[in-house]
Amino acid sequence: MLSEFAFVGVLIVFASLLPIAGLGFAWLVRPKKPNPIKKSTYECGLETIGGTWVQFRAQYYIFALMFVVFDVEAVFLLPWAVAYDQLPAYALIEAVIFIAILALALVYAWRKDALRWS
Amino acid sequence: MLTNQMVQILVFVILTIMTLGGGLGVVSSRNLFHSALFLVLSLVGVVGYYALLDAGFLAVVQLLIYVGAIAVLILFAIMLSRGLMARRQHQRNEQWWIAALVVLLVFVVLLVVLGQVDWPVADEQALLSPNVSVGQLGQVLLGPYMIPFEVISVLLLAALVGAIILARET
Repeated sequence: MLSEFAFVGVLIVFASLLPIAGLGFAWLVRPKKPNPIKKSTYECGLETIGGTWVQFRAQYYIFALMFVVFDVEAVFLLPWAVAYDQLPAYALIEAVIFIAILALALVYAWRKDALRWS
Repeated sequence: MLTNQMVQILVFVILTIMTLGGGLGVVSSRNLFHSALFLVLSLVGVVGYYALLDAGFLAVVQLLIYVGAIAVLILFAIMLSRGLMARRQHQRNEQWWIAALVVLLVFVVLLVVLGQVDWPVADEQALLSPNVSVGQLGQVLLGPYMIPFEVISVLLLAALVGAIILARET
């Protein structure tokens, strides 16, 4: 079991080495001719108006809370998914009921216009 | 030649640097938002500890709930608070030495408890047999504990409905 996590470790090492290698090599071979436009955060696109460290709208919080609810749903569906081929047929119905009740939450949010950006 | 145990110790050291370094960043960063990001780093380190202890499901839960959900909630709470985003702040005040004293006392108490309590260790047989896997957990969750499993979804539904009612601008 622990050796299975070793694969995750190898993946993490390679996933971090690959961009470092790419960016490092680019840093070695690139010409260095900075100018103000090149050094700006967004070379193309709209300039930001005012400071970016501002208070955000409270409406974002509903989206965060909905994300948390479905995040917890994913945690409980994981054991079901892993044990799927060892479970009896009625387990599928149980999981469908579980998802359906949570889909009801999504429908409620939709009907209450909580998902609409106003 | 690297042995299995040496690799484990190496990983443990890296995780400890990550967790403690993240924790240090939380209490020393001048910007509250950066503190929250350091907290995420610290929590990811704890995910590694769970994986090292062969507790796969706990690692997944820690990653999804703490790193995924709780950290997002904390970051959003900071972003939604007035004046917390930009202000530089001092994390220390003139009472720091009292806090340090209390921390030291707690550490000593923990050290004494660690040394005195006879921690029960699972017998060799239990250690050799494979741990409770995620699959076994799923079998139990959808077998004998199917009613609690379904009640969880109702609880989550109630939480979401409550959140929408409370948070909506009417």
